[in-house]
Amino acid sequence: MNQRGTPLLTVRGMSRSFVGIRVLTEVDLDLAPGEVHAVVGENGAGKSTLMKVIAGVHQPDSGRLEIDGVPHRFPDPASARRAGIGIIHQELTLLPDRTVAENVFLGREPVGRGPRRLLVDRAAMVERTRALLAEVGAVSFDPGTLVRRLSVAQQQVVEIVKALAGDARILVMDEPTAPLAEHEVDLLYDLVRRLTARGIAILYISHRMREIFDLSDRVTVLKDGRVTGTLATRDTDRDELVRLMVGRELRDYHPPLAAPGDLGEVRLAVRGAGNDRLRDITVEVRAGEVVGVAGLQGSGRTSFARALFGADPLTTGEMWLDGRPVRPNSPRAAIRAGIALVTEDRKGQGLVLRQPVLDNALLVLRAAFAGRRRAEVEPVEVGELLTRLDVRAGASDREVRFLSGGNQQKVVLAKWLAARPRLLVLDEPTRGVDVGAKAAIHEFVRDLARQGLSVVMVSSELPELIGMSDRVLVFRDGTISGELPARPSEERIMRLSTGAEVAV
Amino acid sequence: MTGTEPASGAAHLRWRPAPLAGLRAVAPVLVLLVALLVALAVVDPGFFDPERLLAFLRRSAPLVILAAGQYLVIVSGGFDLSVGAVVTAGVVVAAELFNLAPGLPWLVVVAVLLLGGLLVGVVNGIVSTVFAVPSFIATLGMMLVLQGAVFFWTQGAPRGYLPEDYRMLGRSAVPGAEWLPWAVVVLAVVGVAAVLFMRSDTGRTLVATGDNDVAAGLAGVRVARLRILAFALSGVAAAVAAILVGGFTGVSAQAGSGYEFQAITAVVLGGVALGGGRGSVVAAMAGAFSLQALFTLLTLLGVSGALESAVQGVIVITAVAVGGISWSRRATRTHQPVRESV
Repeated sequence: MNQRGTPLLTVRGMSRSFVGIRVLTEVDLDLAPGEVHAVVGENGAGKSTLMKVIAGVHQPDSGRLEIDGVPHRFPDPASARRAGIGIIHQELTLLPDRTVAENVFLGREPVGRGPRRLLVDRAAMVERTRALLAEVGAVSFDPGTLVRRLSVAQQQVVEIVKALAGDARILVMDEPTAPLAEHEVDLLYDLVRRLTARGIAILYISHRMREIFDLSDRVTVLKDGRVTGTLATRDTDRDELVRLMVGRELRDYHPPLAAPGDLGEVRLAVRGAGNDRLRDITVEVRAGEVVGVAGLQGSGRTSFARALFGADPLTTGEMWLDGRPVRPNSPRAAIRAGIALVTEDRKGQGLVLRQPVLDNALLVLRAAFAGRRRAEVEPVEVGELLTRLDVRAGASDREVRFLSGGNQQKVVLAKWLAARPRLLVLDEPTRGVDVGAKAAIHEFVRDLARQGLSVVMVSSELPELIGMSDRVLVFRDGTISGELPARPSEERIMRLSTGAEVAV
Repeated sequence: MTGTEPASGAAHLRWRPAPLAGLRAVAPVLVLLVALLVALAVVDPGFFDPERLLAFLRRSAPLVILAAGQYLVIVSGGFDLSVGAVVTAGVVVAAELFNLAPGLPWLVVVAVLLLGGLLVGVVNGIVSTVFAVPSFIATLGMMLVLQGAVFFWTQGAPRGYLPEDYRMLGRSAVPGAEWLPWAVVVLAVVGVAAVLFMRSDTGRTLVATGDNDVAAGLAGVRVARLRILAFALSGVAAAVAAILVGGFTGVSAQAGSGYEFQAITAVVLGGVALGGGRGSVVAAMAGAFSLQALFTLLTLLGVSGALESAVQGVIVITAVAVGGISWSRRATRTHQPVRESV
């Protein structure tokens, strides 16, 4: 299916597994010259893996890839680049202390003739960069500018020009608007249109509905690593796309939700709060309640967790805990006020990996509570906790880095529960945790809620959110875009996350 | 909130480190120390005479005390290169004080030195945490500042003298127990204090901070304050060493030179990881004894004292390399960055 002659890129039956888990299954995709082809899907649908396979970062287990009808195999990213595939990553990869021109021609600098072969022809490099910049309509900066001085949007332009300088005919853009401010998005749109006018094909990965409908000619929807549809953008609408993205059975068992009588007084109240990543947050969480927080990456869901915990403090608005005003400006202040945060990055932020289980489990108590309170809890209760959580460590003085992900996460939980928090904030509590430990953690969290703990649980896994939450807050663009009652549909969550449905 | 049902007393015992767990960290350096002591006994059968053994302990005391202080800084993720200069400054300042005010009670001078060491450590700590100067540079700068100040003040030839009662700690024995040098008593007190400190909440938290200061900060640790404390204690340890060295060798403008590297070598020899988070203070002190034993052995074998620093260089590199090999192999296995899957 191509409207403009031979497809530039064809992918057929592409599959790829990681450690036995199928991430891509029999994916078909084609890309015509001058086309913007959007790829959408929720977190973990396989978008990034597909992109990486096309770019030679990963190799497919099976399937074909053709450019202009000629089969290609990419053992590494460099060979994909030589074949004309350029990638614009989400994180920009330029050298900040080099000029624009030096970045554009990095590793393939033009050289002089004859004996001057050994020298970079700087004049040619600058001229060609200037020409490329003019071609894409970027006139706000000069080839000689240091990349450090450019805005993120301008750096993105440099990335694109860099790909063009390598004669890329296919550009893969991974959520290109994610790092951009609102007014910069229009510039990107402009640029994309100029590129397609030159016959360059763009594979545009995004889950923002507006961009897809503004820019793309066709959309391919991925769900759980399979293509659930490829549609002409003008013949579809947001509802249809969301339906194709979601609609999974709720397979996993989850503990029963809170009954109306289980909920206590309002424990956490936030009104009109914000900081440089969040705005206008108003939330109430009751004692005994588990409130889920949904949202795409960069929507502010993790910023919200960190703000409650004082790691990136709120700068505006008000916050109360059990009716008393608190606005923690450091983790320590939050901990002493009764707030705990299980971070999403367990190894980087949650554990001291080279210390034994007990030292990890006691860390919060030792650090934040001196004197009587500390003496009350240790050591019996911490040992009890570890036992109740069924942490399996082999030898008791084993360093936690040798534990499995599930056991590590239980140690993190024990560390926080030892401090007897009133509000437990969880960010991706079961990421990288095996199925058994996951069920155990869910059960344990619900059990704590039943005893009166308030829980705020951020998760990118919709089944977990739906199964565990008494209520779901959906974040988008740094604020709450909607609030859903217990057992919402994946569809509703995705609609609010992507902006397909606005506000409640 | 987390359940207050009566806890079975046994439950937590499972999670206590096994009684001999600490030994594992100390074992390699203990083997080394024992080997060196055996070698000493072979070369010099009289070495284990109680009197000479105590003399060995007394000679080792300054280095062992410096190693204990250096350990605190290293295990929390830093370096303290200023301790040798603190020792020199301490000796010279004491002499100048007695020169300016003869008859000053010796305890006053001791107190001044301890306070001075504390102050130097606090400055090191503040510069390396609040001002984010890498501790290697911060303490190197402090070392140069102190050396320069001492040289400027004394013109290279320290005046004054150290009175007998002040030198008692460094070179005399406890009255009534003539076999027991004061220095050994001081050493024992510092050693016990160091072990107790490392078993305390603060000590355990210090190691955790050296392991991962981000995680520690998010667990409520006041990371900067704790690191400043480590530098401060290292400064105090250096002042204690200055008192012993002054008593032992008298006034000299080179009294402490080289001690900073000996202390770091000792800590590394004890298996303490540079960069922090791993190693025991007992092992660090055992490393100091080993180094001292090695120097003694080399002297007995007739190896030129001039070679001491060469030997020390080889030891430092070897010890760090041995520690690094096993560590980097494990690192590749466990330090995979956690990335959002797919």
